Amino acid sequence: MKTVNQKAWFLVLPVLLLVGFSAVIPLMTVVNYSVQDTFGNNVFYWVGLEWFEEILHSERMHNALGRQVIFTTVIMLIEIPLGIFISLHMPKKGVWASVCLVLIALPLLIPWNVVGTIWQIFGRIDIGLLGHSLNALGIDYNYVQNATAAWITIIIMDVWHWTSLVVLLCYAGLQAIPDAYYQAAKIDQASRWNVFRYIELPKMMGVLLIASLLRFMDSFMIYTEPFVLTGGGPGNVTTFLSIDLVKMAIGQFDLGPAAAFSLIYFLTILLISWVFYTIMTNIDKREGM
Amino acid sequence: MSLQLDNVTLTVNGQLHLHEINLTLEKGTMNVLLGPTLAGKTSLMRLMAGLDVPTSGRILWNGKDVTGMRVQDRHVAMVYQQFINYPSMSVYENIASPLRLMKKSNAEIETAVQKTAEIVKMTDMLDRKPLELSGGQQQRCALARALVKGSGLVLLDEPLANLDYKLREELRAEIPKMFEESGAIFVYATTEPEEALLLGGNAATMWQGRITQFNKTSQVYHQPNNMTTARVFSNPPMNFLSVTKTGNKLTYGNGQHIEAQGKIADLADGQYMAGFRPNHLELRQAASQSMAFTATLNITEFTGSETFLHLQHEDHNWVGLIDGTHDLTLGAALPVYLDANHIYIFAQDGALVAPASYATAA
Repeated sequence: MKTVNQKAWFLVLPVLLLVGFSAVIPLMTVVNYSVQDTFGNNVFYWVGLEWFEEILHSERMHNALGRQVIFTTVIMLIEIPLGIFISLHMPKKGVWASVCLVLIALPLLIPWNVVGTIWQIFGRIDIGLLGHSLNALGIDYNYVQNATAAWITIIIMDVWHWTSLVVLLCYAGLQAIPDAYYQAAKIDQASRWNVFRYIELPKMMGVLLIASLLRFMDSFMIYTEPFVLTGGGPGNVTTFLSIDLVKMAIGQFDLGPAAAFSLIYFLTILLISWVFYTIMTNIDKREGM
Repeated sequence: MSLQLDNVTLTVNGQLHLHEINLTLEKGTMNVLLGPTLAGKTSLMRLMAGLDVPTSGRILWNGKDVTGMRVQDRHVAMVYQQFINYPSMSVYENIASPLRLMKKSNAEIETAVQKTAEIVKMTDMLDRKPLELSGGQQQRCALARALVKGSGLVLLDEPLANLDYKLREELRAEIPKMFEESGAIFVYATTEPEEALLLGGNAATMWQGRITQFNKTSQVYHQPNNMTTARVFSNPPMNFLSVTKTGNKLTYGNGQHIEAQGKIADLADGQYMAGFRPNHLELRQAASQSMAFTATLNITEFTGSETFLHLQHEDHNWVGLIDGTHDLTLGAALPVYLDANHIYIFAQDGALVAPASYATAA
């Protein structure tokens, strides 16, 4: 006889309540704003999908998205290969392995706004070590006024801050490869490149997938560091999506469009992450891991 | 073709891993390295492969000194206890990989891979990835990779240890056949005496970084030249008791004695150690020339067709292996018997002085 007992349901209830209060309810208030407009006095009226249409057609949003995509692509193209490269050259065991790990992990421990501040000061042309030295060498570097300088500074800052994450994950993946694989490759007379291509890379695929996904999501949502460093400037050249969103929501207090923007932003990240994950898992399968 | 190890010693961080190994292996022979874990089997194989360099001594291949030569230039093949294949390649590509590195033509590779796959019975699985295979198939793939190279030296480091019983038996019977045609020198490391006997060929028993004996496998089994070899090449290990020879009497236990016969009769009077294998212990007095003991029964283990008896006789722990099921009382004194034909006599320093008469007849 089949026993029907659905009491276990109650055990899920606390989690549902928690998620409800922490995620669903705030999200619903955003949804609420995104379909209404107000002329003050706390009087709202229904505008339907007007804000969404406006945002989707706004050049400002398009530009911010374009900058965001370029930024994310560039930093991933640098951080993933660089992370793999560094992890391959770290000592495998002994005291130096621990020393390297601690040094590598340091940037990850620094609060994000402090990272921004460090680079903000580091790059200043009057008192910053980097900015001042570059200018003393005759290189015209000023991230406050020059768009290229601002971009380069932000990218270097991000690489400095986040490559460590890729290194640590790859390093963990490499450590999990049994020694016998390297021996077998040696006996097979495999070259260094073959060892990387056919042993290390396939065995690292799993962690590399996680690293890429994390780096994608984090960089697509980047706010604090560029905000502290350039405030989105000069002009608008480093105004990424989240900076633009905050300007709109808090600077201009355009709650309706900002709410619509948030939702589109959120769905975009969700969508790209999903696509990304699907592609990576397929590669993963093909690599036989 | 021959591989010769000349006084090879290996010390790692001041610890002696291998001690004065002298060994000559001939073309087309199966050579079993038999010894417990940490006896130095893997260290020895790594030296043979060229993965490590000996601290002192020389390694000769066909009479040529190859001691310091890189592993890449040695053309050896090795199979490990873990199933090592390239995870991202299909079985076909895995088998082809050593040939690709040798820059063989595609046609040559195709022929070689198909032929090898047939020998290891993997023809149906050439398109699969290693992780889509069972453990036994993964090891077949690794064996094929070793086989296809056509190396003069094939090292098999406990290749069956990670397989379950059934697959192990199956592959063990096949491995000698797989490599038969190649005429290479095989070195096969194992911890199991049965495996060594089933593989035949030659056996080198290892104990604490030394080779205690090297000869035909059956010869080593039947006439171990010292107590250590006898212990290593017996599962469960050989049992021992002290005996005293005076005239034509061999005294044991509490003054019981039997007549010293055959080779034992020729020994000088004095104290000796007698050894016998667990399967020779009996519950009934079968032969007229039997030694009788009273031992304390500690544990019995029933395996189906046989029963292991763990006994205490004076200062020695014995194991007996007898046929069938028996209703025995634990902790009680148990009379056990041993045919005197089955005892080996060792000197006090452990060297064999008289082999068991059943073994010399064999």
